[in-house]
Amino acid sequence: MDDDSEADAARPGRALSEPETWLERHGDALYAYALFRTRDTAAAEDLVQDTLIAAFQARGRFAGLSSERTWLIAILKNKLKDYVRRCMRERPLPDTSLETDDPEAELFDAAGGWLHPPSAWDRPDTALEQRQFWEALAACLRGLPPRQSEAFTLCELDGLDAGEACNILRIAATNLRVLLHRARLGLRQCLEVRWFAPGPEGRR
Amino acid sequence: MLTCKEVARMVSESYDRPLAWRERIGIRLHLLHCRFCARFVRQLRFLHACLRRFAQDYAEKASRARLTAAARARIANALPRP
Repeated sequence: MDDDSEADAARPGRALSEPETWLERHGDALYAYALFRTRDTAAAEDLVQDTLIAAFQARGRFAGLSSERTWLIAILKNKLKDYVRRCMRERPLPDTSLETDDPEAELFDAAGGWLHPPSAWDRPDTALEQRQFWEALAACLRGLPPRQSEAFTLCELDGLDAGEACNILRIAATNLRVLLHRARLGLRQCLEVRWFAPGPEGRR
Repeated sequence: MLTCKEVARMVSESYDRPLAWRERIGIRLHLLHCRFCARFVRQLRFLHACLRRFAQDYAEKASRARLTAAARARIANALPRP
């Protein structure tokens, strides 16, 4: 950090605090964001560590354009990109996966009409107050095919924009939309079967 | 005239991109006479609202998370000394 002391005065931006204070100051914030994205405490802890090490190595390139916290979160986001890609490699798929796992093929006939039309859902608003409904939704999310699940999680749960998600998943925007559409079709169907379907299969 | 399959696709994409006015009109016209697609539209809206709440609840829970003392010590140990 010594090399920064002279330049700091000349810079319009902010300076970094001592690296040994980063864990104390930002550790919990980094951990909270990492946990939000990974849903995995051990992975989140590792990411905090990787982020702080990378930040230490890159501290000379801090431009002072953002706060220290924002800079660290940006590094963490990069680490998360690698993390998501690593997770994807660990569950590889046949290269036909974009052609298969297509609910459209089962839901619509050749002319584009509904083969299995959506059934009427009885008072969906009351479901929101029931714990079991949220468990059903979580189970439906877990049941999505991997590529759809990754795309859907990044965009709909993690709140990334389409550009960031495409970058992480290394796919084109049109392919991302196809995955998100299939995920929605699948989730709608799953909720219908698990929750809203009348009869013995339904919860009510 | 749009098919149900096309309408479903566009309605879904409306959550990811702004639809062109021609697409919006096409959907409107289709919904006038298709109760299944009208249902689909309502159910996707419901699904979207559920997911937003699901994500918010999770974000709130995560924002209260703190590193354990053990994790903190382990990380501190692994950091390079300046």
